[in-house]
Amino acid sequence: MPGLLSLDLLLVAAAAWLALGLIGLFASRNQALVSQVLFPAGALVGLLVGVTGIAALGGDPQTAVLVIGLPDLPFHLRLDNLSAIFAILLGLTSAGISVYSAGYFGKGDVAGLGTLCLEYHVFLASMLMVLLADDAYAFMVAWECMALSSFFLVTTDHKHEEIRDAGFLYLLIAHIGAIGILLCFGVMTGGAGDYSFAAMRTQELAPFWTSAAFLLALAGFGAKAGLVPLHVWLPEAHPAAPSPVSAMMSGVMLKTAIYGLLRVSFDLLHTTVWWWGVVALVVGLVTALFGVLYATVQNDMKRLLAYSSIENIGLIAVAIGLTLIFHAYGMDALAALAMTAVLYHCLAHAGFKSLLFLCTGSVLHATKERNLGKLGGLIHPMPWVAWLALAGIIAGAGLPPLSGFVSEWLLLQGFLFSPGLPHPWLNMVVPVAAALVVLVAALAGFAMVKFYGIIFLGQMRDPALKDAHDAGPWEKVGLVWLALITLLLGVLPSTVILRLDAATRQLLGAGLSDTLNEQGWWMLAPISAERASYEPLIVLVTIAVVLLLARWLVRTLFHGRVRRSSPWDCGYHFEGPRAQDTAEGFSQPIRRIFEPVFRMQRHFPAARDKQPFYSVKVEDHFWYWCYLPIARLANRISAMIVTLQGGRIAVYLMYSFITLLVLLMVARP
Amino acid sequence: MISVSGFLGQAFAILLALVLAPLLSGWVGQCRAWFQSRSAPPLLLPYYMLQKLFNKEVVLAHNASSLFRAAPFVIFGCMVLACAIVPTLSTDLPFAPSADALALVGIFGLARIFIALAGMDIGTAFGSLGGRREMLIGFLAEPALLMVFFTLAMIAQSTSLATIVETLAHREPVIYPSLAFAGVAFTFVSLAENARVPVDNPATHLELTMIHEAMILEYTGRHLALIEWAASLKLYAYSCLGLALFFPWGIAPGDDILALIAAIPLLLFKLAIGGFLLAGIETINAKMRIFRAPEFLGIAFMLAVLGLLVRLLLEVRV
Repeated sequence: MPGLLSLDLLLVAAAAWLALGLIGLFASRNQALVSQVLFPAGALVGLLVGVTGIAALGGDPQTAVLVIGLPDLPFHLRLDNLSAIFAILLGLTSAGISVYSAGYFGKGDVAGLGTLCLEYHVFLASMLMVLLADDAYAFMVAWECMALSSFFLVTTDHKHEEIRDAGFLYLLIAHIGAIGILLCFGVMTGGAGDYSFAAMRTQELAPFWTSAAFLLALAGFGAKAGLVPLHVWLPEAHPAAPSPVSAMMSGVMLKTAIYGLLRVSFDLLHTTVWWWGVVALVVGLVTALFGVLYATVQNDMKRLLAYSSIENIGLIAVAIGLTLIFHAYGMDALAALAMTAVLYHCLAHAGFKSLLFLCTGSVLHATKERNLGKLGGLIHPMPWVAWLALAGIIAGAGLPPLSGFVSEWLLLQGFLFSPGLPHPWLNMVVPVAAALVVLVAALAGFAMVKFYGIIFLGQMRDPALKDAHDAGPWEKVGLVWLALITLLLGVLPSTVILRLDAATRQLLGAGLSDTLNEQGWWMLAPISAERASYEPLIVLVTIAVVLLLARWLVRTLFHGRVRRSSPWDCGYHFEGPRAQDTAEGFSQPIRRIFEPVFRMQRHFPAARDKQPFYSVKVEDHFWYWCYLPIARLANRISAMIVTLQGGRIAVYLMYSFITLLVLLMVARP
Repeated sequence: MISVSGFLGQAFAILLALVLAPLLSGWVGQCRAWFQSRSAPPLLLPYYMLQKLFNKEVVLAHNASSLFRAAPFVIFGCMVLACAIVPTLSTDLPFAPSADALALVGIFGLARIFIALAGMDIGTAFGSLGGRREMLIGFLAEPALLMVFFTLAMIAQSTSLATIVETLAHREPVIYPSLAFAGVAFTFVSLAENARVPVDNPATHLELTMIHEAMILEYTGRHLALIEWAASLKLYAYSCLGLALFFPWGIAPGDDILALIAAIPLLLFKLAIGGFLLAGIETINAKMRIFRAPEFLGIAFMLAVLGLLVRLLLEVRV
């Protein structure tokens, strides 16, 4: 019976990850073993998870009960199509990241490599368990393991104070989110006390409680995914963590939150109200716009990518919102279209964002520098990383023929159908929201050009950069793997969507496979070929053919001579690297046009300054609007409470006595 | 489904684009000269330029990377593909299903990213200035362009350019007010995207005002030739797109060879008028400061949204 096998295989994989972690802990002295054997083995397990997920697609849900944990409270596990999709995402992405880690952690001396290996593999295993959990207890245990292991990974370099701060912030918001999720599960049991998902699916809730459960889930999972205003941990935690960990968190962990949100809103809650979709749509749009605008003004390459992840999560939330709206009105074919966009963007983002984070890891290793203002020209010493990163930024900018464009295209197609909504104003406002999505995509292009141009192109801003070395063999394998995923997701959309179809059918009862099966595998036409179609493979091949033909023709008809010389630069004396745009300079148009969005502290040089300098510091408004007031309030309350703590035993005894007295009075029989 | 005549028509359309695009640029230059009472350069000047540039050797800056050398070819490839998708003579295009209107915007975006990156590659002050400004214009223009396509897609119930043009060309004679808004917005966007006055000036090397020219300053020889050719292809693609969407009369519906032949002089006529008007717009406007461009393209965006709302409010019968 091959069906039962998949879930068992996944459990074996989780156990294997745990075992690898434990071996790493005990063999931590042997750096070569940990980096060259354990991490590649982890990658193989990841591959196994991915392949098992692919094999499990389309099958019936498989369940198992794992008798660990508390007595009378076993772990219920279930593998269905939705879990399988995210297991594929986890497996295939982590395979690339683990191989890369073999090279990344093999170089230099990472203090406590054994502990890191344990935390890393526990992190992987707990993410897998989150996907498989079928009761609230198992889910929360796995969820907390995931949060804690990633907290320790973020604080790997805990000797720096800002890294400890980042870790604290991350842990805090992770737990605010966890409270939301816990309350959401509590609401969904309807007071029956049965915390298994199977019971929640059949639970009839009053409309108020259904909506409450959805909003709690949106807030709880949103905190993990980085929806505004709970996004503040992301730009702090990602730069703090080692690059493979950032890649894992951004590429995979954020998607577990999306998984949770999908699980709750489409599987556990069986009714959908249209305004949930509007809420998700608006929150998603704000998040996407906010994320991309802040991404364009960052000077730290990993912070830039972290903000870009916020943007992508925002786009996913927009697509979820659209799905909810269509689903609420019973337009299931269109809901399936939007849901496909959700799942596709999850996969695409996992691929290209991990790729880009790993590229920053290679740059960081080669140059010890994260600040864009000190990099530049790295395409010369690091051609592999540079050309693979190019694939990442093209996908990240949402351009054909790579992966990011497919999901964006699907999402926009979904928006085009929204005038059919039977709602007086929704059908007019929603298409306009599409314009904001396009603005976000175009701004993402700006951020990606900034990221790539300043790191890899131009003159080196520091002469020491010419000694930078390219990625090592392990790292190259990891990067090529992720670039390949990005490419394949880009050029074979209908092949992928036919696989995703199992999940959309399970959640919505409709899918795109009927229309896609009628057309060729190279063509993506979700509704009909007359309506809209996109053939990325043809686009790629045409551009490549024209490119090669043009090159050949030019060389045969004319010549291929090249002479090297100094740059022309409009006849000016060629300036040094300081004449190029800095990271701040490149984003100046954005800061100027969207000035109210940023909280800026700027210092401009005056005309007669002896030593003129310019500085700009961009901060997040939400710190000042939300977080600092709350922090001040908490401080004030604790300052009041601390007066009770006099430090004298007699006073404390009196408190106990008074408490006892009050309790005796209140709790009279 | 895919016919031989369709393929021949497609190949012919691409060849025609390659040949006509420099001529269109030359024609616009000539009209500009007339408007400004200068003696006009020869109509075939762009061809001479291309030949001269292809014959010259390439002078590369010392630190030019492989990306710098690859970019002109990629940009050229993108523009040829764009010209293959836009219906010029007939709507029976085998390439048409490969990319709809949304993907066309993406293909232009891909070319934009490459040219901006190539501009930043040498590391001169002008190059990165041009790259940054090009991306600025890009993110301002793209939403407006998409809104125009959304309006048209809602009229035609399709995002495929061939279907849109076919619907518009063979509809009953009803005036769509939304098309007027969309048309004006499209004109604004085309001016910005093709580096034309009032957003950019293709004829200037004045350092503070350049956008497109700033990025390609370091290009020479065949690379420059390809970029110039690609730029004229882009102008041609946008012109044909505008003509096909807003003045679609005369475009052959299927593989009707007679209609196809009849479409050629009509296309030449429409392009000549369009080029003349473009030169007129460029003459009576002054180039605006770069930070006026957001207002200019903001107006385009507002008009496009207005077109969309007009379509949804007034034209859709429930």
